[in-house]
Amino acid sequence: MKNTIPNRKVICDVLMEHAKEDKDIMVLCSDSRGSASLTPFFDSFPEQAVEVGIAEQDLVGIAAGLAKAGMKPYAASPASFITTRSYEQCKVDCAYSDTNVKLIGISGGVSYGALGMSHHSAQDIAAMSAIPNMRVYLPSDRHQTRHLMEALLKDEKCAYIRTGRNPVEDVYTEENCPFEMNHATVLTEGTDAAIIACGEMVRPALDAAALLEEKGIHATVLDMYCVKPLDEAAVIKAAQNAKAVITVEEHSPFGGLGSMVAQVVSANCPKKVVNIALPDAPVVTGTSGEVFEYYGMTGEGIAKKVLEAIG
Amino acid sequence: MSENLKALAWKLRMDTIDIIMAGGGGHIGGDMSVMEILTDLYFRQLKVAPENPEDPDRDYFILSKGHSMEAYYAVLCERGFLDLEDVKARFSKFDSPYIGHPHNTLPGIEMNSGSLGHGLPVAVGLALAAKRRGKPNRVYVVTGDGELAEGSNWEGFMSGAMFGLDNLCCIIDRNRLQISGSTEDVMALDDLKAKIAAFGWNVISLQDGNDLDELDAAFEQAKTVKDRPTCIIANTVKGKGSPVMENKAGWHHKVPSAEQYQEIMKDLEERKAALA
Repeated sequence: MKNTIPNRKVICDVLMEHAKEDKDIMVLCSDSRGSASLTPFFDSFPEQAVEVGIAEQDLVGIAAGLAKAGMKPYAASPASFITTRSYEQCKVDCAYSDTNVKLIGISGGVSYGALGMSHHSAQDIAAMSAIPNMRVYLPSDRHQTRHLMEALLKDEKCAYIRTGRNPVEDVYTEENCPFEMNHATVLTEGTDAAIIACGEMVRPALDAAALLEEKGIHATVLDMYCVKPLDEAAVIKAAQNAKAVITVEEHSPFGGLGSMVAQVVSANCPKKVVNIALPDAPVVTGTSGEVFEYYGMTGEGIAKKVLEAIG
Repeated sequence: MSENLKALAWKLRMDTIDIIMAGGGGHIGGDMSVMEILTDLYFRQLKVAPENPEDPDRDYFILSKGHSMEAYYAVLCERGFLDLEDVKARFSKFDSPYIGHPHNTLPGIEMNSGSLGHGLPVAVGLALAAKRRGKPNRVYVVTGDGELAEGSNWEGFMSGAMFGLDNLCCIIDRNRLQISGSTEDVMALDDLKAKIAAFGWNVISLQDGNDLDELDAAFEQAKTVKDRPTCIIANTVKGKGSPVMENKAGWHHKVPSAEQYQEIMKDLEERKAALA
């Protein structure tokens, strides 16, 4: 059955479950509560909700102040704006000042489809990963999103979490969702190729592995939801056993998962690394599904690239 | 008390100059203009204690104009948070904790700054936390005036008023000079009082922002205002303390020559002695 629950809704559910007991949990939005699926939180916990208007610098600065006072703020705004409009607040007020701010980037990547490059966040992984003391997570489905949120609620460091706008097909089930904080999840194991994906590209990566399996090609698939800190040991292990490494991300080809994996592989076990990503150009107009289809970021497209890579 | 505090402000200027000389750099002009603001806050207003710097009921202070760090070091040392000799020995030296902007690994410093326009939104968050929890903390943030060209400040002025944060006080070190010249020539701010009042703040404009009694009266008045934050526009003198540097934009960031050092220290000593 097709999943109809977007990851962003799960974030709201988890925060609401905990907000009843933990009055330090605060949710901040920049006129973005609807987009973030956080309206139920604002309605149920008005004393723990903060609306700042369309002002992302204020959003992140206020969140840092709340955190400095010992609260646990979750600031949610479109990924494009919270990472680049308020980039300096993320760097100085959150990471540098070491405040416990969780930055939730909603509608990440090309979620906004035909709204254009202003609304696409194809730079967020690179931008946020380059900040010392900032962690970057891209959960792959609703089940993993829940585990990630539960883990983040327990720690006291800042982090950036990117989710998409639309429901994504499940990678896991409620009963079977192995999760270890800051460790990649191994979805399949095979020695012909290693496919390393993050966020909403994990599901098509898994689909690609199934298609390859039909041709007798065995691929390892890693769900690298923890882009930073990257699970380097998992990358090396997967790459050592494979003929080639293929990375998949809904991001610019520069400075994201592909770049980081290539750095680790080249330093530890040199091997061909092929990066599947958005182009270094405004993306073609369309829904995110159409965009992925066009750039080969689907099960079929990824399988084709794997075949090319392993010759 | 007041005369002693005035003398202390002159003494702290001398400490500041010594820190700058020892480190070979510093934002001397703004250090001098902000000194009475910091002195009144740390010696008459702020509920902070070096023996318990993380007290959850403390008042919060944010130096948004982080480049006035040398003055802030002098005040933190005098107040018992840091050791002056250690600061002078290591300021700006290799691998030193004493850098040119606030760094909150040091006791007494809440937030890192340096890039301008960050302090007010953070202060709004701190004050909002106290309001939501029904706690007594007051929050003070000092900004420069040139810094107000950063739009993030005006986002903070909006949200501070919207949230009714009467526990928040923003002090503007209005010395009317920035690195390129007069604030009114670079990017005009006036009528600054009317602008901030229009954002819904209680605004107090001081005739002499380097006068400790005027400052303290304004801080006390701010505490009586309900349901809105207070902004104190402290009309100060950049480089205050010696004709060598007063009201000269070129002294925004400068290290005095040996001769200038002697002259400045003599001027400061005379002003201090006049109060004895």
